[in-house]
Amino acid sequence: MENDETTSRTTGTVRVKRGLAEMLKGGVIMDVVTPDQAKIAEDAGAVAVMALERVPADIRADGGIARMSDPEMVEGIKSVVTIPVMAKARIGHFVEAQILESLGVDYVDESEVLTPADEKHHIDKWSFTVPFVCGATNLGEALRRISEGACMIRSKGEAGTGNVIQAVRHLRTILGDIKKIGQADSAELYEWAKQLQAPIQLVEEVAETGSLPVPMFCAGGIATPADAALVMQLGAEAVFVGSGIFKSENPEPRAKAIVEATTNYNNPEILAKVSRGLGGPMTGIGMDEININFEERGW
Amino acid sequence: MAGSDLHVGVLALQGAFESHLKIFKTMGIKALPVRSTQDLDRIDKIVIPGGESTAIQMLLESNSLRQPLRERLSNGMPVFGTCAGMIVLSKVILDGRDDQSPLNAIDIVVRRNAFGRQIDSFESSIDVKGLSEPFPAIFIRAPIVESVGDNVDVYAKVDDQIVLCGNASTLVASFHPELSSDTRIHEMFLSLGK
Repeated sequence: MENDETTSRTTGTVRVKRGLAEMLKGGVIMDVVTPDQAKIAEDAGAVAVMALERVPADIRADGGIARMSDPEMVEGIKSVVTIPVMAKARIGHFVEAQILESLGVDYVDESEVLTPADEKHHIDKWSFTVPFVCGATNLGEALRRISEGACMIRSKGEAGTGNVIQAVRHLRTILGDIKKIGQADSAELYEWAKQLQAPIQLVEEVAETGSLPVPMFCAGGIATPADAALVMQLGAEAVFVGSGIFKSENPEPRAKAIVEATTNYNNPEILAKVSRGLGGPMTGIGMDEININFEERGW
Repeated sequence: MAGSDLHVGVLALQGAFESHLKIFKTMGIKALPVRSTQDLDRIDKIVIPGGESTAIQMLLESNSLRQPLRERLSNGMPVFGTCAGMIVLSKVILDGRDDQSPLNAIDIVVRRNAFGRQIDSFESSIDVKGLSEPFPAIFIRAPIVESVGDNVDVYAKVDDQIVLCGNASTLVASFHPELSSDTRIHEMFLSLGK
C-alpha cells in the first residue's frame, strides 16, 4: 500500500490484487518446470504459468522435502513468456514469499503441494504487495485464507494423481455450503461462523452475495479436457493443471485442448472435437494407492 | 441490423467478461456473452474484456470468431476494449508475442505490460475528457498506447501516457472500468455510433 507522490498511484490494493485473478477467469494456469515448458504452455493459450521445481506427480514419487523453486529457474521462466508467472511458497514460509515477491512473480501460491514450514500459521498475506492464491477443501478453510489476505482460492483436489475425484468433492463442498448459507437467517449465520471457524463478517458477506469474495478456481487431478469442463460446469471459474499436461504422452495438443475445453465447457460438440486423438493422459493413481494426502495440509 | 432484439455482447472466451455483464445489468442494459458466430449475429455492440490477450486471440481463432468479428468491426459495429481488449483491437503490438496479430480496429500502437509486473499494478484517480469528476481507474499489468493515428481522439493520460482513446466506433482503455462500480466509461461506449 505505497503512495507515490509524483504519480499518485496506489499499488497492492485489494482491488488490484483480486483484479488480476478476475483477468485469469475462464483460463488455464499450467504447472511448468522449465522455460521450454513455459513456452509450450503460452503457445497453447495458458493464461498464466506456475513455476515449480517438480510437478506434483514427481514430488509424490520422489518423496523428501519440497521447497520453493530456485530463483534462477523462476527468472528463466519469466524471461520467456509474456503471460503472468506464479510460483509456490511453503505454507507459513513467509521468507520464501518475500523472495518470490522480490523476483517480481505475479502471484504467490502458498501451497500444500510443498512441504509445510509451519504447522499452525499461514503467511500473513496482507503484508505483501504481491497477491496470493491458497488452496481450500471446504468453505471454512477458504474463508480463513481470505481473512489472512488471499485474493484467489483454488479448491485443492489431490495434486499429482490425475484423479479428479477430490477436486469434485472439494468444489461441491465449498459451493454446497455457500448455497446453504444463502438460506440461513441472521442468527444461524453465527452458528455457521462457529462451525466453519471463519470470521462472521466473511460468512455474512457470502450469505449476502452467494459467492466467495474472491475468484474461485479449481486444482488437483485435472488430466483431460472433459475434467476441465466438469469442474467448470460445477462452478469453478478457471482451472489449474499440474502434472496433467507434462506427464501426458503428448503435452502440446493436450494443453491446447484443455484451454479450448475450459472456454467451451458447456458445448459437448466442441468438447468431443477437442478430446480426439490426444494420445495417452497421465496414468494417474487411485486414492487408496497414495501415501501422502496433500489436501490435509493447511490449518 | 438495428432493432430492439439486438443486444450488447461481451466476448466471453476468457477474462473478466462476467464483470462487464454485471455492470451492464446494473445499468439496466441487456447484455449477453459471445462465444460463437451465432451469438455474434444477435448483437449490435461488443465489449472485448480484460484477460490475457494471447489466450483471447488464440480462442478467437479456434472458435472461428476472428474473421466474422473483423468483418462486423470493419462495418462499424461499436466496440469497447479494456486492457487485453485494447491490445486485441490495436493496429500494432509492442512487447507481445511474435505471432500476435491484432484486429486493427483502431489506429494505435500499444505496448503490453507497460507499467511493469503485477507488483506495479495500481489504482489512480484520473481526469477524463468529457467527465466532470475524476474516474477511479484500476490498472492491472496494464498496456499503454504509445502512439495514435490522425483519426483517434485521446481522452485520458497517466504521466503523459495515453490510457483512454477512441474513434467513431471504437473506445479502448488501458484500465478496468468494469472492476469499479462507476458506469461512466461504459456510458461513453454505449453512446458510440449514435
